[in-house]
Amino acid sequence: MRESHIMKIHYGTALAAVGLVAVHILMRMADGYAESLEFANVVANYQFLPYAGLLEIMLILLSVHGFNGLRVILLELRQGPSYEKAVSYGCVAAMIGLIAYGTRTIVMVNVGMI
Amino acid sequence: MEPRDENREGLGGMANPGRYGIERVAYWLMRLSGLGLLAYFIGHIYETSSILRGEAGWDELLELTSTPELHIMLVIVIGMCVFHTVNGIRVMLGHGGVGVGRPTRPDYPYPPASQNARHKIAIYSAIVLAAIAMVYGSTVLFGV
Amino acid sequence: MRDTITLRVKRSESGGFDTFEVPVQKWTTVLECILYAKHYMDTSIAVRYSCRQATCGSCGMRINGRPALACFTKVSELDSDTITVEPMSNFPIIRDLAVRFDRLFENHHRIRPYLEPGDADDKREHLQSPAELDRYIQFANCIKCGLCNSACPTMATDTTFVGPQALAQAYRYVADSRDTGKDKRLSIIDDSHGIWRCHFAGSCSQVCPKGVDPAMGIQLLRGYMLGFRG
Repeated sequence: MRESHIMKIHYGTALAAVGLVAVHILMRMADGYAESLEFANVVANYQFLPYAGLLEIMLILLSVHGFNGLRVILLELRQGPSYEKAVSYGCVAAMIGLIAYGTRTIVMVNVGMI
Repeated sequence: MEPRDENREGLGGMANPGRYGIERVAYWLMRLSGLGLLAYFIGHIYETSSILRGEAGWDELLELTSTPELHIMLVIVIGMCVFHTVNGIRVMLGHGGVGVGRPTRPDYPYPPASQNARHKIAIYSAIVLAAIAMVYGSTVLFGV
Repeated sequence: MRDTITLRVKRSESGGFDTFEVPVQKWTTVLECILYAKHYMDTSIAVRYSCRQATCGSCGMRINGRPALACFTKVSELDSDTITVEPMSNFPIIRDLAVRFDRLFENHHRIRPYLEPGDADDKREHLQSPAELDRYIQFANCIKCGLCNSACPTMATDTTFVGPQALAQAYRYVADSRDTGKDKRLSIIDDSHGIWRCHFAGSCSQVCPKGVDPAMGIQLLRGYMLGFRG
């Protein structure tokens, strides 16, 4: 993939995430911070499909943006073909791993497997 | 004669924000806040997974994370998040060539048009907004 | 202002600084201080210079921690009785204050720093309006002194980054109405150590002695790649 495509994704994920994170935080604020974190409230959030969808999209956007940012920083710190390959594949693997782990939580709570 | 070494400034030179004004400070803060937010995000995904252990597991986690130290960390995360967002939008617009000035025939002492007041104001705004968000976050988290 | 200043010169053999007391007047430049020390105190000081008027780009070095041309920096404007001169960062040192420019010139060549006419057989004059000239003339002032590359935070750690000097020159040709090599140049700089490793810290523009403003050129160039410009 060309670097320009990767960086367009980087910018796109950032812009999209800004709006969604704002909604996510406002949800916490709307109910009162402490109340919104009560178990029943959180489970209800997860089981409300549009909100679960928002969490999933946010998870993907922030993982892609965050790990690409990390890749950029690491590529600038050291150079060399094997190092750069390790950084790129490592960041993609970590990103997939985090998305999978977060998705597992969202899906399991959403379908009531708790 | 062969070169002695690359004479790279290295991490210290990259991070040193002192010599080149607020733009270099913003570059450094952007990087630091990005890394901090990624670390927090990974931690956040991990901590929220404790809901899979039922109400007891969730409450245990809430108790564990409701310490003053972790609340202070959360306040810092709020600041990093606001700064990274506001400064990120400034940088993104700049990357598209927006607000960096127009090419011209420069006159001595050649003040760089790309380092203009709009960008400086945006950077200071990002810092001020981050500070305001941190104060607000503190009032919510510490119930002041 | 004092009649003399203390000049500290970084020496590559010892790795430390040699100190010289040098007489100054209000118009004395840092290069003149170095040459005074070289002529009258220690002839072994290695320094590269030529034009003494900020045209050749030979005498770039770190002066009190900041990259600058020694011939273009007056002692009086430094507001210090001690002046420390070191070789430019991010360039291999030949000796003392002299550094190698191989990589800067290689990167400069990589971006095809020449006009590429659409039709080589076209012998007509290619006229430009003043407005078309204004779009790139600022960037044509580059004297390849390397100060921008020395100040760049990415160059501080990335040995393969193409650098602000070459990127600003890529914009200079892309913005020229007589040139047709835009796509080739954009393709060359669109790699993992190309234009995207610039983070708009702007240090390059702050140290440029000719008002080139490489940071502006790079962002305008990136504007083409992001679709902000035609």
